[in-house]
Amino acid sequence: MPKVTFIEHNGTRHELDADSGLSLMEVAVANSVPGIDADCGGACACATCHVYVDESWLGKVGDKTDMETSMLDFAEGVQDSSRLACQITLSAELDGLIAQLPESQH
Amino acid sequence: MAEAIQVPTASDLPDPWTVPLDKMNVANAELFKHDKHGEYFRRLRKEDPVHYCPDSEFGAYWSITKFNDIVAVDSNHKVFSSQDNIVIGDAEPEFLTPMFIAEDPPKHDYQRKAVTPAVTPGQLADLEGLIRQRVCALLDDLPVGERINWVEHISKELTTQMLATLFDFPFEDRHLLPYWSDASTTSPAVGAPDVTYEQRHEILQECLNYFGRLWQERAEQPPKFDFISLLAHNPKTKDMIKDPMEFLGNLILLIVGGNDTTRNSISGGVIFLNKFPKEYDKLRADVSLIPNMVSEIIRFQTPLAHMRRTALEDIEFQGKQIKKGDRVVMWYVSGNRDEEVIDRPDEFIIDRDKARHHVSFGFGIHRCMGNRVAEMQLRILWEEIMKRFHKIELVGEPERVTSNFVLGYTDVPVIVHAK
Ligand code: HEM
Ligand code: FES
Repeated sequence: MPKVTFIEHNGTRHELDADSGLSLMEVAVANSVPGIDADCGGACACATCHVYVDESWLGKVGDKTDMETSMLDFAEGVQDSSRLACQITLSAELDGLIAQLPESQH
Repeated sequence: MAEAIQVPTASDLPDPWTVPLDKMNVANAELFKHDKHGEYFRRLRKEDPVHYCPDSEFGAYWSITKFNDIVAVDSNHKVFSSQDNIVIGDAEPEFLTPMFIAEDPPKHDYQRKAVTPAVTPGQLADLEGLIRQRVCALLDDLPVGERINWVEHISKELTTQMLATLFDFPFEDRHLLPYWSDASTTSPAVGAPDVTYEQRHEILQECLNYFGRLWQERAEQPPKFDFISLLAHNPKTKDMIKDPMEFLGNLILLIVGGNDTTRNSISGGVIFLNKFPKEYDKLRADVSLIPNMVSEIIRFQTPLAHMRRTALEDIEFQGKQIKKGDRVVMWYVSGNRDEEVIDRPDEFIIDRDKARHHVSFGFGIHRCMGNRVAEMQLRILWEEIMKRFHKIELVGEPERVTSNFVLGYTDVPVIVHAK
């Protein structure tokens, strides 16, 4: 079971056990991590599951699709490490992943 | 002498369950006026969720009626284009007002980005105090114990004030905003009667002149976070003023986008709490439900019934052959009642689980830019209402707008009861 850590904008940490195969967004929502709205339910169509993936993990979480890139293009506070959490599928390889949450979702 | 005009009544509408499917025209604005559209869409979701109507006053069109199909079409902007037309009826070719909601990338992208800073969560936090102050002033002035029209007293005025804030529009002239908004939405392209295109153009010209003056003023001042200043100072949009129709188009978008939608959500909330009195009890018992209720109000109202796309290529969609050039209408009003995605969709439930999971704001790159402002406006309003009043009592049937696009009300008779 991969472990993932969400760090809220105010610094609060949520260390969670996640099932492989779930998306990073689903893990956050299932554990009521505040700051992930996921309005579209994981369809890569709302950009309200925006997270910053720690640099060291960026190479392992897979590439962005065109759609994810377009959706992120309209999100607020986007950085190189920005990803949509619903587009990252957890696996043993991502054990230890750390994702920071932005101040707010737009 | 002019012939007497026949006012259609609800009984003139065909039976939703027996009309042949190929004769089913869900775009008939009378269905919405009389609040009879629900059963037609229920039948389509059940029997023909991607439905082709070969002939209507708007031409032939596809109806997308299921929640997940709407998400799929809305987020596939490469095939389903917004170029020029986002409502079912085609825009008038001789009065095209380009606006970024009706553009594909790249124009859409840089114009949207230019104005977004006016409505980001950070900017809204700065506006919250002002918006609350205005809500309080309005509520404190409300006549208690007498019959009033909630639309005129609150919904319209509050939304107008919100828009005036976002445009930093001269406050004493703010009534012009809904006036221009109405002129642009009551067009024959959405089935609204009694307006000629000429009348519309005249009014919109006034709007253009007024904002032209504001633009000049803002361009000379240091940049600020209102829509006009943002456009006038952004390197990619600072010449928009030289293309008056495009300037007008984007003005209309920013005025209309926030106007009827927010206004009708404010009215809708009062109606739903009255039709579902147990929910009003829940709210009185726990006002921390307000943010969740706001999402539920916006789902239940679905202030914009549809958005339209045009297929750029032939595509098979859910077993149907959509052809290049076809009109494709995403019926948000139906997606929000999709029983396969939303539990008990016909009930207004203020503590509903996953209340944000609705299609009222659309999805994909055109997803509503003002969603957070609208939610904030409604949240503040309900927080302040609950501090002051025991009940906003609905005392008659609401009067609805005739449109297949804007779902809303002209009259919501209420009596306000003090705490
Ligand atoms: C409850 C209130 C509102 C509702 C239900 C609503 C609904 C919508 C919908 C359905 C769309 C099109 C989405 C799509 O095509 O996928 C949209 C777009 C838009 N809305 Fe809203 N809206 C609301 C409030 C506002 C407010 C307050 C503003 C701003 C003042 C606003 C500005 C816009 C703009 C600029 C667009 C175009 C976005 C684009 O094309 O990228 N809306 N809205
Ligand atoms: S949940 Fe909507 S984009 Fe991720």
